[in-house]
Amino acid sequence: MRIAVLAIALLLSPVVTLAASEGPPLKQANIDLTDKASLQRGAKYFVNYCMGCHSLQYLRYNRMAEDLGIPEDELRDNLIFGNAKPGDLMTNAMRAEDGTKWFGTAVPDLTLVTRWREPDWVYTYLKSFYVDDTRPYGVNNLMFPKVGMPHVLAPLQGVQEPVYAGGHAAEAGAEEHVVGVKLVEEGQLTPKEYDKMVRDLTNFLTYVGEPIQLERKRIGIYVLIFLGVLFLLAYFMKKEFWKDVH
Amino acid sequence: MNAQGVDKGRRRVLVAATSVVGAVGVGFVAVPFIASLNPSARARAAGAPVEADVSKLEPGALLRVKWRGQPIWVVYRTDQMLEALPTNDPKLVDPTSEVDHQPPYCKNPTRSIKPEFFVAIGICTHLGCSPTYRPEFAPDDLGKEWKGGWFCPCHGSKFDLAGRVFKGVPAPTNLVIPKHMYTNETTILVGQDEGAA
Amino acid sequence: MSAETAQTTPKGFLGWVDKRFPVIDTWNKHLGDYYAPKNMGFWSLFGSLALVVLVLQIVTGLWLAMSYKPAAADAFASVEYIMRDVEWGWLLRYMHSTGASFFFIVVYLHMFRGLMWGSYKKPRELLWMIGVLLYLAMMATAFFGYLLPWGQMSYWGAQVIVNLFAAVPKVGEGLSTWVRGDFVISDATLNRFYALHFFVPFLIAALVFLHIVALHRVGSTNPDGIEIKEHKDENGKPLDGIPFHPYYTVKDTMGLVAFLAIFAAVVFFAPDFGGIFLEPPNFQPADPLKTPPHIAPVWYFTPYYAMLRAVPPIAGSQFPGVVVMFAAILIMFLLPWLDRSPVRSMRYKGILSRGFLAAFAVSFIVLAYLGLQPASDLYTLLARIFTVVYFAFFLLMPIYTKLEKTKPVPERVTT
Repeated sequence: MRIAVLAIALLLSPVVTLAASEGPPLKQANIDLTDKASLQRGAKYFVNYCMGCHSLQYLRYNRMAEDLGIPEDELRDNLIFGNAKPGDLMTNAMRAEDGTKWFGTAVPDLTLVTRWREPDWVYTYLKSFYVDDTRPYGVNNLMFPKVGMPHVLAPLQGVQEPVYAGGHAAEAGAEEHVVGVKLVEEGQLTPKEYDKMVRDLTNFLTYVGEPIQLERKRIGIYVLIFLGVLFLLAYFMKKEFWKDVH
Repeated sequence: MNAQGVDKGRRRVLVAATSVVGAVGVGFVAVPFIASLNPSARARAAGAPVEADVSKLEPGALLRVKWRGQPIWVVYRTDQMLEALPTNDPKLVDPTSEVDHQPPYCKNPTRSIKPEFFVAIGICTHLGCSPTYRPEFAPDDLGKEWKGGWFCPCHGSKFDLAGRVFKGVPAPTNLVIPKHMYTNETTILVGQDEGAA
Repeated sequence: MSAETAQTTPKGFLGWVDKRFPVIDTWNKHLGDYYAPKNMGFWSLFGSLALVVLVLQIVTGLWLAMSYKPAAADAFASVEYIMRDVEWGWLLRYMHSTGASFFFIVVYLHMFRGLMWGSYKKPRELLWMIGVLLYLAMMATAFFGYLLPWGQMSYWGAQVIVNLFAAVPKVGEGLSTWVRGDFVISDATLNRFYALHFFVPFLIAALVFLHIVALHRVGSTNPDGIEIKEHKDENGKPLDGIPFHPYYTVKDTMGLVAFLAIFAAVVFFAPDFGGIFLEPPNFQPADPLKTPPHIAPVWYFTPYYAMLRAVPPIAGSQFPGVVVMFAAILIMFLLPWLDRSPVRSMRYKGILSRGFLAAFAVSFIVLAYLGLQPASDLYTLLARIFTVVYFAFFLLMPIYTKLEKTKPVPERVTT
């Protein structure tokens, strides 16, 4: 009986995860959704660098503006390009067939990327591009071998080269032997500045994946306090009636 | 099981307290269910205010935009049309717009913010057809007294160029005027005004 | 506090209704004057909790149905619409997804109680079998429901399971095409699974009614496994029984609030529950051209999935694995007749029964874990071992329950 209870307790703890810990180690993104300044920067970077290809088709401009504390005129001036209205979804003009033609695969929408990957994966991915002459756009990625995406942020980050596992000579195209990347030439940003930028982007995408996240935790505290009070009352009520029972 | 020494008072208090707090909880839980039936962000976006640009509108012409699935008319009324409006008064059901079919800033003789631009929801107040625009004065079918307005083909209702309904037709009330405002001299934002968004 | 035995005609609204509908008699027979053992304790909570979770699922499910679109082109987007655009939609969705998992947790604990107390033994065999039918209906509902978000896991999980039907010799291919309504999982499949997901809960509700009627016929058992009806007082009331109302209504209320607190903690702070309740691949829309690296059913099905994978193909057919998987559930029907013990409750059974029950519980949990993992040689070996343990619990039961030395059963209940 005690074994059973212990076993059940074990089952209830989220020890088991489906995301197997395979692949290169992840770097910590230190997500902080309360850091609105970071989220605003991330929104700016996303709209300017990513949105030409990657849509956020489930998020509305005005929802993002409201949650991030961006006034409507700034939203219209800096974050909405084209004819979109604030109430519209953040779609773009990239079509699936264009993506396939230009990148080998349709360009994925990124609204939920931090939920089906994880934030740290996205963060590490953006830091893991390296030069590879065998690839169409001259880059490969440690986290996503043979990725079709070019390194859009290369002018900012600089040039990274692959680090091969000990005992393997540098062989272009041999992704299975690449175990790390190293920066060989700085771009317009210092490594620290680039890290901050990528972290802001990841922070923003984590918000985008579930905009209600902060609010649900806030409400949750009140719900648990309420249920705590109700439990005490129900407990004393039960104890009082069960005095009859011997 | 003994029934003696039962503190009935205490039990009543505990049951009452638990029931009241429980009922409050039920009230809290009901909120999301009821609120979820409100218009969603998608519905609110689709129903967002719409801009009507009148910079290219010719005198006497009618511009149509869609707001919340409804046709919205914007008419550039000429001086002749405006002068004729008061002459219709004796033939109208509600010449002074007593019935609340317009925002307070349109409760005036021209039923508009600026006299030359008339804004209205293009739906007959009888049974919902969209009346036809008849700006010409004294056409054959509408008679010598006709000073411009709308004629509804479904059941024959008639409205003047301020959307006011004539006597003796099926429609009971004047055309509805939506809340609107001027964002500049030639742009009307339909669905929003200074008072409330 | 005992219920009144003499009933004067009630007045007012209650009187008006009672003349036309047996409210007072029903209240007395099933609540006020219905006696339950006084020593049932913690493990008796899960029945009433299961009913609460059923109602929760139906209500949240109905509300989700107001915004969800059951078409392949729209389904995934409609779930994100609910999460973002519908007011409080995120809460409805998380309550429903968490509720599905909690439904199974509660029911598994409820079934485990049955195993511990011998609740399946005479005269409760029919009660138990209605319960197994309920379990099957729950699994069908969950299976249909899981396709609805139309994510990668929804699509490919359904693909794998429906392909099991194809393993049936001769009729397999035709059968799985008929189930799908198409040659692959498609819009046709989604639409009909939606209709069925909406409908089967009505069957569940009817079975719950029958389950409670059957229960009230024989009365609840208790941790000691003795029948309280065997010792009655001068009024015909069981000496070791107490009226369900107010004692168990009050206790079930307390249990419910505690349960809601745990439920709320998950809904508001960990709805994904480490990727077990909401799985990462399901945040990608279904792609018939790209299979995710690891396909697994939701955790509450994985014990049976582990068994399915553990059985090697025989003569090129995966059918034996399918048979084993279904046998693992259907064998539960036979439990009342497999248990030959003279004693009802585990408390007084011998060491063999206790050992096998513990081994069964452990194997169920281990198999659940294994079913979630990608296959490996070690895991397949472990799955085979624990599948044997699982079946041994049932198949050897006629032997070990007769062989073992039981403890003397008391006349009256203990705590």
